[in-house]
This record gives sequence, C-alpha cells and structure tokens, in this order.
Amino acid sequence: MSFPWANQYEPQNPLMKWVDDRLPLPRFVYNAIGAGYPVPRNLNYFWNFGVLAGFCLVLQIVTGVVLAMHYAPNALVAFDSTEHIMRDVNWGWMLRYAHANGASAFFVVVYLHIFRGFFYGSYKAPREMVWLMGVVIFLLMMATAFMGYVLPWGQMSFWGAKVITGLFGAIPLVGEPLQIWLLGGFAPDNAALNRFFSLHFLLPFVIAGVVILHIWALHIPGSSNPTGVEVKGESDTIPFHPYYTAKDGFGLGVFLFLYCAMLFFLPNALGHPDNYIPANPMSTPAHIVPEWYFWPFYAILRAFTADFFFIPAKLMGVIAMFGSILVWFFLPWLDTSPVRSGHYRPLFRKFFWFGLIPAMAVLFYCGGAPAEEPFVMMSQLATAYYFLHFLVILPIVASVERPEPLPYSITEAVLGSDDNAELKAAS
Amino acid sequence: MTRLIGILVGLFFTAAVLWAFVSGAATVISEGELKPATAEHHFHKLPHEPSGGFSFNGAFGKYDKQQLQRGFQVYKEVCSACHSLRHVAFRDLEQLGYNEAEVKAIAAGFQVPGVDPNTGEATTRAGMPTDYFPKPYPNDIAARAANNNAIPPDLSLMTKARHEGSAYVYSLLTGYQDAPAELVKEFPGSAPGPGLHYNPYFANLNLAMAPPLTATDQVSYGDGTKATVDQMAQDVAAFLTWTAEPTLDKRKQTGWPVLGFLLFATVLAYLAKQQVWADKKGKKG
Repeated sequence: MSFPWANQYEPQNPLMKWVDDRLPLPRFVYNAIGAGYPVPRNLNYFWNFGVLAGFCLVLQIVTGVVLAMHYAPNALVAFDSTEHIMRDVNWGWMLRYAHANGASAFFVVVYLHIFRGFFYGSYKAPREMVWLMGVVIFLLMMATAFMGYVLPWGQMSFWGAKVITGLFGAIPLVGEPLQIWLLGGFAPDNAALNRFFSLHFLLPFVIAGVVILHIWALHIPGSSNPTGVEVKGESDTIPFHPYYTAKDGFGLGVFLFLYCAMLFFLPNALGHPDNYIPANPMSTPAHIVPEWYFWPFYAILRAFTADFFFIPAKLMGVIAMFGSILVWFFLPWLDTSPVRSGHYRPLFRKFFWFGLIPAMAVLFYCGGAPAEEPFVMMSQLATAYYFLHFLVILPIVASVERPEPLPYSITEAVLGSDDNAELKAAS
Repeated sequence: MTRLIGILVGLFFTAAVLWAFVSGAATVISEGELKPATAEHHFHKLPHEPSGGFSFNGAFGKYDKQQLQRGFQVYKEVCSACHSLRHVAFRDLEQLGYNEAEVKAIAAGFQVPGVDPNTGEATTRAGMPTDYFPKPYPNDIAARAANNNAIPPDLSLMTKARHEGSAYVYSLLTGYQDAPAELVKEFPGSAPGPGLHYNPYFANLNLAMAPPLTATDQVSYGDGTKATVDQMAQDVAAFLTWTAEPTLDKRKQTGWPVLGFLLFATVLAYLAKQQVWADKKGKKG
C-alpha cells in the first residue's frame, strides 16, 4: 500500500504501543496522513483542496448536527424554527450562517479540487477508482446540498424542491408516479420536508464513507503530482508529515480567513432573498434559481428549449443535466493520452483554458440569470462546447497531440537534475 | 470503443442543443427583438440608499439606537395598523436601548390574544415583554378584505427578503409618484388600476398600499429630529433592518477578533511551513 522506503510506525509511548498491538489505529493514521505516507515533493497549492474539502465535510457535520438539535422538520414550523435559531438560540445565527456559507465553501474547494484533476489528468491510470469515488462524492454532495436548501422552507426551498423533483416527472411513462412517490404527495409538503431532513442528515455520513474509499484508493498508487510523472525513487517523495501537514496548515488558515470574512460580514451574499419569505404554494417567485453551485448544471437543463425528434425538450434537458456529470465517470477512458499533466500537453492546454473554462464561466453566469435572451442562446452554445469538450475533443486531442518532453523524474523537475537519471545515462 | 461511443453521444447532445439554439435564433429573428418589451423592463428602478447611507453599512457599521427607536415609533404609529412583526417579541426591544420598565410599558400598550381565566373564552389582554407583536388582522381573509385583496406582508424579515432590502424599503416609501404619461400610453395594461398606486421600486410597478408616509411631522419624534418623509422612511428602514437581523452588531463585533486571530495564526502557519520546508527548497542545480 505504500513505497518500500516509507517510514514505519514505531510507537513512542507504552500506551500507544499497547493500543497499536491490539487495534492498529495509530498505525493506520500514521500511514494515511502522517509520516508514513510518502508524497511527491513537488505538489503545488492546488493539492491543498482535498484536505480542505475534508475539513469542510467535518465542519458541515458538526454545525449541522447542532442545528438539527434546534430545527423542527415540519412544514408548519420549519421556517419559524429557523428564525428561532437565528434569534433565540445562543450563537444560533453563527451556526446557521456557518452551515449555509459552509456549503458554499465546500463547493468552492471541491470545484477547485475537480478542476485540479481535470488539468493535471489526475483521473488517469492507475487512479481511476480515486476519480470514480470522487464523482460519487460530488453527486452525493449535490443531493445533500439540494435537500439542505429545502429545510428552511422558504420560497426558494419550496419552489426549488418543486422544480427539481419535477425533473423526474419528465421521465416517460413512470415519471409522474415516480415524482409523487418521491415527494410523498402531489407537491412538496410535510412528507417531502420530513424525508429530505432525514436524508440530509444521513447523506453526509455516506459521503464520509465514500471519502474513506476515495482516500484508500488514493493510497494504493499514492498521490499524483503537477508533472504527472510517477514516483521513481526515494528522492522523489517526502513524508506527508511534517511537510504537507505544514503546507495544509497554511492553506487551512487562508481558507478559514476567507470563509470567516464571508460568514461574519457577508453572510447572505450567496443566498437568495426569496428564501426569507415563508414557502407559499400559491405564489410563484419571479425567477426560480438554485444556489450558485448548481448554476452551470441548471443552465444546461434550461438550454434544451426545443424538442429533438421524438424527445421532448424537458426530457432532453434532464438527460443532458445528469449526463453532464455522468460523463465525468468515463473521463479516464475518453482522454487516453499517456501524458497526465496539462503542463506537457500543448493542445489539451489550449482547449482547457480557452474552451472548457470560458464555457463553464458562461454556463455559471447564465444559470443564475433569468431564462430569457440572450442568456438562453449563450448557454446553448456553452452547453454544446461542454459536451464536445469531454466527449469529442478530449478523445481526438489524445490521439493527435504531440506532448512536450517530460522530465525524467519529479526530482529532476524540482532540482534540475536527478543523480539516478545521470547514473542511468552514464551506464 | 469507449471513445467511439463517447464521440457519438457527444455529437448527439451537441446536435440537440444546437437545434434548440437554431430554433431560438429563428424566433428572435422573426420577432426582430431579443426579448419582448415590458413595462417592468422600462420603468422599474433599482433601490437606492438615502444620501449618506445607513449607519450599519460596511464592515464597521453598526445600528444607531436613536434611529432604531425612531423607526420603531414609525412602525408602531403607522405600519402596525396593517403589517405584523411576528418574529419580534417586546423583550427584544431592550436591544434598542429601552430599559425593562419602558419595555413593559410598550408591551402593555398592545392588546394581544389571551384566554379569559374564568370562562376559558378567547379574549385579549395587555401585552407582556415575553409576548410577540400581535397581528393586526385575525386571519388572511380579513387582511385581504381590508386591503383591496392584497395581504400586507409580515415585516420582520422584509429587509432580508428583498435585494438591497434596507435601501428597498427606503426607496419604496419615498418612491410613490404619478404614473408617467409614457407608461399609460405605451403599456396601458401596466397603468395603475383602481385602488393601486404607482411606484417604480415595486416589482410590478403598482402596489395596493397607499403611500403610508405623506406629511412632515406625521409622527412626532421625542428626540427633536425633524420628522420629514425622507427621515421617517430612513428610520423605519433602519428599524426593519434590525428586526430582520438583530444580531448584526454582535456578528461584526465577533468577526473582527476572529479575522485578527486567523490572520495571526495564518502568518504563524506560513512561517512554520517555511521552516519545515527549508531543507527541501533552493537546492537547484
């Protein structure tokens, strides 16, 4: 599970030795995030976001569990119990703002983590399972965040729930009964709110489980790195602790500073004002928009405005929206270039910076804008590029591109020379 | 094989979305405009703050308690006739600088729903600090009946339930005017109907609420501030910002030491990181 030169755990105090002999948990931690995990020496700050995502998960679970002690998942009182938390619970306002902005922070770091993977080819062999588990985590996060947003039972909670569960209604034949079954009624009401609360409490622990699989799968080949060149020898790696614990500590500080700046000074900037209006099934908001982290996918959903042969526009939008994330599952087999890192892939790099990133930016912007022109047409072009990028461009680029020369090893990339490489060349 | 299927699937999605694009573009071309002109697009105005802004603006801003008390007076004497404030209890008014006795007296000035201790019948009694502000109407039907079929919304969270909420309340209260002649001419459907009042800050331009603040000295302030319409609108906007976010002062007061500590800790973490990494850097060549 590790390189042969990895440090071995030697308990220093008798208690730890006693525990380790009976339950090797200390050893497990040491090998996972301690000095026993050798990591490439050249990781840049984009490699901080995995740890930060883990931190966000813990933050959300801790604040969420305490909020659940004060919240009442009943359609009659849910809105008022949220206000009770904001007004009467000691430091309740801070907990709720920490949780709401914590969800946004979680998505920020996870998006950066995912785009790190896109650029540096982290999904490629032998790390496909790490990537697949990551996509599963992302899907679970989306479900959890969606259901959490419903809980305050404001206008956007209600209408968001109605729109998103309405997507299942687009499925032919079984759609409508499926939607009613999912909601426990014809429209979101107490039954839906209760089950959303139950699942919102459950799913973070499922995520925690998949995170363990994600990290387990990562530790088989070890971490990737910005050159994409695999570890060749001991000089390529350094122990996770203290080197990366120190670097992650600094990253965590920067993250917490920005997060707390939002929490204490702009706590509602990322929310929608309509969610401070109690849910009212008789009054539809002028523009129903999800939280910002769903905007790109919401834009894809709304981009399909015309029936395509026998497929109704709505169904096409639903398929495309789910498809836009499911396509990530196939990424390791679509991008077959043997070179991982975008640093050494001139053509890939152009499509990444001048294609994928602008397309995502347009989708993000249009997803939050009202469903009117020119936003619909802009999101249609960006959606077209999005699917072309992953499904057509990446496979073709992989076969036609001439990658730039790779360094012999990580050591050479960092130090400019590698004794092993010179020995090899001499022989 | 995966790649071949992938390319086909990709072309399928691209064709479907480009087909939608072409259909949309055809509609735009045939209609000759990107979006239909509506009265809201032409006449709706974004809220603006009073000149000088609000005392609670910015990272250092905090509530002006004198102003909140004046705003409370405007709410009590004008707004409360139609609008409830259901998330606010009388006890909360101590945060505006009233002492316990004053809060008791304010509460006692309101009649709240109660139960006759002898007969068990529904009745009203004088309010106590633990009571919440009473609702002006017994139910929504009564509220609609009294207000041209529009329910006056609860105001507790109003400034958080609108974009730029504090400025919105101020702009709306000072924004009543006669409907412009152009509007009446070009969008007769959007001209104010009977019982409606034109206000460019309201989402659909016409609202059922008659201008509530109409004359200077409509309320008489105890602190000597001149009660112009503009002043009353500012004060009640500030008061409603407090009802929506009573913890604003505490939040900002907490925020600064937190950020200060984090800055310090982050600098330390950076220095620690530099020291730990000292033997791994600068060995180029």
